[in-house]
Amino acid sequence: MAIIYQPSKKQISWIKSGLFVAALIPLARLVWLGVNDDLTANPIEFVERSLGTWTLVILMITLSMTPIKLLTGMVWQIQLRRMMGLFMFFYVCLHFLTYIWLDQSFYWMAIVKDIAKHPYVLVGFSAFILSIPLVITSNNAMVRRLRERWKQLHQLVYLIAILGVVHFWWLVKKDIREPLAYALVLAVLLGIRLYYKKSSDTSMAPVSKVAA
Amino acid sequence: MVSIEGEVKKPKQLSIEDVFKIAPLEERIYRMRCVEGWSMVIPWVGLPLAQLIKFAEPTANAKYVEFISIADKKTMPGVNIPVLDWPYVEGLRLDEAMNPLAIMAVGLYGEVLPNQNGAPMRLVVPWKYGFKGAKSIVTIRFTEKMPQTAWMKAASSEYGFYANVNPTVDHPRWTQSTERRIGGGLFSPRIKTQMFNGYAEQVAQLYTGMDLRKNF
Repeated sequence: MAIIYQPSKKQISWIKSGLFVAALIPLARLVWLGVNDDLTANPIEFVERSLGTWTLVILMITLSMTPIKLLTGMVWQIQLRRMMGLFMFFYVCLHFLTYIWLDQSFYWMAIVKDIAKHPYVLVGFSAFILSIPLVITSNNAMVRRLRERWKQLHQLVYLIAILGVVHFWWLVKKDIREPLAYALVLAVLLGIRLYYKKSSDTSMAPVSKVAA
Repeated sequence: MVSIEGEVKKPKQLSIEDVFKIAPLEERIYRMRCVEGWSMVIPWVGLPLAQLIKFAEPTANAKYVEFISIADKKTMPGVNIPVLDWPYVEGLRLDEAMNPLAIMAVGLYGEVLPNQNGAPMRLVVPWKYGFKGAKSIVTIRFTEKMPQTAWMKAASSEYGFYANVNPTVDHPRWTQSTERRIGGGLFSPRIKTQMFNGYAEQVAQLYTGMDLRKNF
């Protein structure tokens, strides 16, 4: 397949810097709205949901790097993936901090009960916890050290994404249009991977026969 | 125009001006507790629902009151989306509706009710979750059988007919034991939700002998 766009090393570092700044805009916006006392009538819920939404958006962007490679043959954008993954974690940390601090006022008994008793909180919390090992093993040294196991470990991101979307789905009262949009995007992103995996498996089959 | 129908001596059509004549308007400052965990103190202007019901003259068969909201696709684009089975329908048992705390509101903060808050008139039942307060009512129907409300039709395991504020009975997906009071700002802690939203003294007797876990 034809490579659509191939930036130079310098251009990639510019794109990366631009993306870094762009990824901070959702946070800057919340700070701006907060300073101007414009966080709606229910500011805590607004901040909590906004941070949750951006966690999902950035996670979807992170997960789109490989499908872009599969569809276009471009590989340079894979270099942006780790940074986006870390931004996802940055936003989920802020989301979780908002939950335990502003929403629950560090009232630990209530937090434990909330997580244990309410499925939507539990799946969201699980997704957060599962993302911690991915962050810890995100540096080059760990990639080298873990080799094949690194790949296996980081496939956890698929589960994290599914749990994240379910977390959103179970939280809405009845109007599921927004979580449905994330579910569809995720289905497409995972579907493209499955499709290419399947077609590469079948095209590999005769080769392995010969080898056998 | 509001249509009064069903188990009544004679069906009636009321304009909002007719409603104003039924009883003098009064201001009522009530807590409002949303099923999704926020609450707010709101000064309503309205008339006791009991006065409106007396005016409607229900027959002895009337056991429930059904409130149907307007669902005008032109002015309310939201009803084009089948989130609920429109129009919005709510209901009360007749004795609940006759309780002095229940009002038909026509104003808010001393002003005429804005469209988004349910003009020209809406129900306010302060001991129940906010969704019981049907907005922009166009039909009041008296029935013998319990009406099927819009939320019961949408998710009967999550939203019951009674929907009394009850901190001991959680929504299947989230807690009802605490609430966030609107107006407190970013750093205000949650407050404890009270039984019947703090109106137990006035309304608890309506539910004596009932299992409120089943009749949520």
